[in-house]
Amino acid sequence: MRGQSRSGPDLMARTLGYFSIALGVAELVAPKAICNAIGLRGLDTMVRAYGAREVATGLAILGSHNAEPWIWARVAGDMADMATVATGLKQDNDKRNGNVLALSALAAVAALDVVCATALNAEKGSRKTALADYSRRSGFPGGLQAAFGAARDFQVPEDMKTPKPLRPLDGGRYDASRAG
Amino acid sequence: MKALVWHGTTDIRCESVPDPAIEQDRDAIIKVTSCAICGSDLHLFDHFMPGMKSGDIMGHETMGEVVEVGAAARNALKVGDRVVIPFTIICGECEQCRRGNFSVCERTNRNKDVADKVFGHATAGLFGYTHLTGGYPGGQAEYLRVPFADTTHIKVPDGIPDEKVLFLSDIFPTGWQAAVQCDIQPTDTVAIWGCGPVGQMTIRSAVLLGAKKVVAIDRLPERLSMAKAGGAITINFEEDSVVERLNELTHGKGPEKCIDAVGLEAHATGSIDSMYDRAKQSMMLETDRPHVLREMMYVCPAGVLSIPGVYGGLLDKLPIGAMMNKGLTIRTGQTHVNRWTDDLLKRIIENQIDPSFVITHTESLENGPEMYKTFRDKQDGCIKVVLKPQGNGAYHA
Repeated sequence: MRGQSRSGPDLMARTLGYFSIALGVAELVAPKAICNAIGLRGLDTMVRAYGAREVATGLAILGSHNAEPWIWARVAGDMADMATVATGLKQDNDKRNGNVLALSALAAVAALDVVCATALNAEKGSRKTALADYSRRSGFPGGLQAAFGAARDFQVPEDMKTPKPLRPLDGGRYDASRAG
Repeated sequence: MKALVWHGTTDIRCESVPDPAIEQDRDAIIKVTSCAICGSDLHLFDHFMPGMKSGDIMGHETMGEVVEVGAAARNALKVGDRVVIPFTIICGECEQCRRGNFSVCERTNRNKDVADKVFGHATAGLFGYTHLTGGYPGGQAEYLRVPFADTTHIKVPDGIPDEKVLFLSDIFPTGWQAAVQCDIQPTDTVAIWGCGPVGQMTIRSAVLLGAKKVVAIDRLPERLSMAKAGGAITINFEEDSVVERLNELTHGKGPEKCIDAVGLEAHATGSIDSMYDRAKQSMMLETDRPHVLREMMYVCPAGVLSIPGVYGGLLDKLPIGAMMNKGLTIRTGQTHVNRWTDDLLKRIIENQIDPSFVITHTESLENGPEMYKTFRDKQDGCIKVVLKPQGNGAYHA
């Protein structure tokens, strides 16, 4: 977005980062309630582990200069989540409606993740990473050869001079001053 | 007026803010014709430096035309003067200013109490560089209030393009001071870590001051090509061992003078210490990543380490044993800009050097926020960004 350092995809990534942390905390704190709501049994530990993954991914998204790989990591996490939730799609699951709702929500979030990661990638491409050649930029209008030592006449202030015992033994202006 | 305003980590926006006005007798207002994004602005962008507040105006490399002058500054400035504004605000009267130690001016930091607590003693007020240095609005804006303007300015003659003199505000004198405080001898090999804008200026300064050999260390081909153009032998630290190459180039003796033009955000190189720093920094157990300092202390014999690179807080695992036993001299500090600028302006006018070589991108102020990202991520061959608040079009190298 013109006039802002954070682009649309950046803002989307940050939102997904905060969402990831919020979901992760919920999974860490209340895995049993989540499992009950979608009719999964005996998966509390797995849901808690997924929660830790969500928090870690969210923190990485918010703390990284390059959120794209972490958004793709979220996509992979979405797939794992959906595979796990889909095990509850059995006819005898009395929470089947909740399960379907959760799967739909996960699919929607996964789609958002893919859109975000793709947009971040496209944005990177649009800013170009082509190699620039600055091999003619010496900064010396008179040429490099003329520049070497051109400011040797500069008087280094006393507070920045090297103590005499640390100066070179021969050659250079400081030997001359030592002789004097 | 329009200005680049900090709102949080990686969140800078170009927005409308109130125009500045004269607040003190020594103030002046300038209409900004050119300003630049400095590498140290990136430490604020990424929020590694403490003391920023939402709404702060960025920028400390600024020049322009005087449009209003306070009563007490009229002896030194008049409307229409063309001035470069040094990033350090100086009173010119305190003991440190009279010694030429302008970056530790005793009077211009208006948040002295806070700075005293953090650093022990306050440093000078700086433009657009946290509330620890006074919380002064910066110069990435259409207009800038310059406090202590009668001393905080560098007059430049008409007829020289902005691009040639703008960097007198910071990176040219910073590179110059980095080299000068090494007291370069004709027999010295000078190794410079970092080929960003300050590193490039340091290379040119070391060449002008007559080093026998200048070695520049970075990983980005475009920066290394610019360093080579300026007379440096280059080391790509992703391809070669820095320590081995420096020893080869100095017949095993090591470079007599080492300069850190990188600072607290040293790029992770895959070395164990870099990974350690990244991990500690992410857990808020240290603020700065000192990979370059460690390498300098290791390779330097009984020489001088010069540190213009910005450090902000606390760091870990410095080889203090190597430093002490080899008797290394360390010289560092923010730049005493006005101590050098008369001489450097003369060298620009005499065509000894043209600092505009470093500019790779020229953009409008509105595009400034995006350029922070481009510069930070080193995309599009970006080395130095100049912004034109009065709107002079875009140019990419």
